Amino acid sequence: MSMTARQELDPAAQLEALLDGRLPDARGRFGPWGGRYVPETLVPALDRLQAGVAAHLHAPEFQGCLGAELRDWVGRPTALTPAPRLSEAWGAEVWLKREDLAHTGAHKINNALGQAMLAKMLGAQRVVAETGAGQHGVASAAACARIGLPCLVYMGEIDCERQALNVERMRRLGAEVVPVTSGDRTLRAAIDEALRDWVSDPEGTYYLLGSVVGPHPYPYLVRELHAVIGREARSQVIERAGGLPDLVVACVGGGSNAIGLFHGFLGDPSVEILGIEAGGRGAGLGENAATISFGRPGVLHGTYSLLLSDDDGQIYETDSVSAGLDYPGVGPEHAFLHTIGRVRYEYAGDVDALNALDECCELEGILPALETAHAFAGAKRWARDNPGKRILLGLSGRGDKDMPTLARFPKGGAR
Amino acid sequence: MKPHEQVSAAIRAAGEEGRTALVAFITAGYPDKNAFCQTLAEVAQAADVVEVGVPFSDPMADGLTIQRASRGAIEQGVTLSWILGEIEAMAPKPAAPVVLMSYLNPLLAMGYQRLAERAVAAGVAGFIVPDLPLDESEPLDEALAARGLALIHLVSPVTPPARVAAAAQATRGFLYAVNITGITGGAKAAGEGLKDYLAGVAAQSPVPVCAGFGVRSAAQVRELGQVVPGVIVGSALVEALERGEAPGEFLGALRS
Repeated sequence: MSMTARQELDPAAQLEALLDGRLPDARGRFGPWGGRYVPETLVPALDRLQAGVAAHLHAPEFQGCLGAELRDWVGRPTALTPAPRLSEAWGAEVWLKREDLAHTGAHKINNALGQAMLAKMLGAQRVVAETGAGQHGVASAAACARIGLPCLVYMGEIDCERQALNVERMRRLGAEVVPVTSGDRTLRAAIDEALRDWVSDPEGTYYLLGSVVGPHPYPYLVRELHAVIGREARSQVIERAGGLPDLVVACVGGGSNAIGLFHGFLGDPSVEILGIEAGGRGAGLGENAATISFGRPGVLHGTYSLLLSDDDGQIYETDSVSAGLDYPGVGPEHAFLHTIGRVRYEYAGDVDALNALDECCELEGILPALETAHAFAGAKRWARDNPGKRILLGLSGRGDKDMPTLARFPKGGAR
Repeated sequence: MKPHEQVSAAIRAAGEEGRTALVAFITAGYPDKNAFCQTLAEVAQAADVVEVGVPFSDPMADGLTIQRASRGAIEQGVTLSWILGEIEAMAPKPAAPVVLMSYLNPLLAMGYQRLAERAVAAGVAGFIVPDLPLDESEPLDEALAARGLALIHLVSPVTPPARVAAAAQATRGFLYAVNITGITGGAKAAGEGLKDYLAGVAAQSPVPVCAGFGVRSAAQVRELGQVVPGVIVGSALVEALERGEAPGEFLGALRS
């Protein structure tokens, strides 16, 4: 790894390369970030996947089928909702891109459906997936049911407890859910376990990875499947609001909903783009999941990106009230967008996120997911410093799944 | 002789004595951190090459035994830097060449130049990195090659022939042939298909081939030894250490 985060990149040229489709390059790199750091056993499987992506993903036949399913089964395009009472409260013009209205309640279905269709085309006999908050697991279970493929979901034991409703949903949708008792028993351990499963059957199993992380081509494949969010949002906001937003904002764990939304606006120089990570309980080691804010370069789960790790290269345990952001890494393309300065990354803590969730419920009648609540908290802070601006916020998922967690933090109670 | 040549030579020397070379894996500082140097010395007496596992928080290529060992070692404060320091201070030196098996991130955290310097100072002969495929190995390979250290590449039963050939050309020390598609300590490695695969790998490799993953018995060592010069035993040895068995006796029994 001769390149580091400090390597000089010409930001304008790098952004142009990204927008032209020259990044990721043939080795799966976004500048220094990305690549394929996997056991040798998985290399042929990744080669097959990469060839499958190249042959099918943008082919008219696949796009035709995917587009029809996104319309008829997922319910796309999702709405762009003006938020007049939040706008008044924040002194801004707020628009919400409603991925919470997509089938199964979050953006995750865009990726799960696309990859399940690809798995079928590539002749997979079974699908394995990992899940943190359970949204990707539910989306994978639903997509596999729709496509007709058996689905096994690895989920950390701790996440199984805090997202028990989603465990039941996955099982009802026909998936087998395996609680992971090793490692930190959250999303990161679930990915480790899914990779072990895949190493054991690299030819018959399709690994349906749920975020823009992991070895190439996953960060690219997952981004392409979520780019529909940004494409829709851009044309909707121009039509409805009469122009581009001043700010586009989304929450970032692995970063899949954010990358999908951001990609619609990266080429618009007037649009500021902001990603909000999980600040958890504080800035100390192990107290948050704010990878870009506090992390360092390293390799986890097959990709070179920013990581929460210690001086010896061990990965930290993370902490966030939101299971879906509770991951010590971040997608390599986010590390790239951070390095070239096109996207700014900040974090919001548990308390700010919970307060922002309540505010959205009370003022707009929408219960966002705890993950999404971080974007609301970050957007509100930005609006305070930039009054009177148009804000487009990626409402990545609905918060029904979070009711057991929210019950522990009653409205107006001590936080 | 360069460090990586010492590894190859140790495996070849076993063959010249009419034995299958035994490559023995232990997780550093597990089960007992204080006994690390003593355990390493005993294992090095009984094996031809020793692999010392650097514990990692996310051992994605490892089964339950080495996951447990990694976690146990990390909880006792075992780090890459500590391991190199302990081996450097050992007197007398281990009787067999020592290579470290580590996931990439601890190596990255130390920095490749410093890693290579400290490995030379410690008398460590090289590295095996299970999450570093050939295509991504150049920066580490350059740093290690400059000091004569081994970077031992792996191939598996699903590796296409052209990649096997490329790995065999690039590897130094030995070529690690993974017996199964799976994780360490997994399904028992056996069968004619396995021997055909290993013989095919051995035919392409200018350095000795050692077969590992799923090796637990003397019968397997004998069977695999018919087609490759060396056999790697890992999880089974770690389990023996957990049971408090003497590593020399356990490894001796594998040779019988």
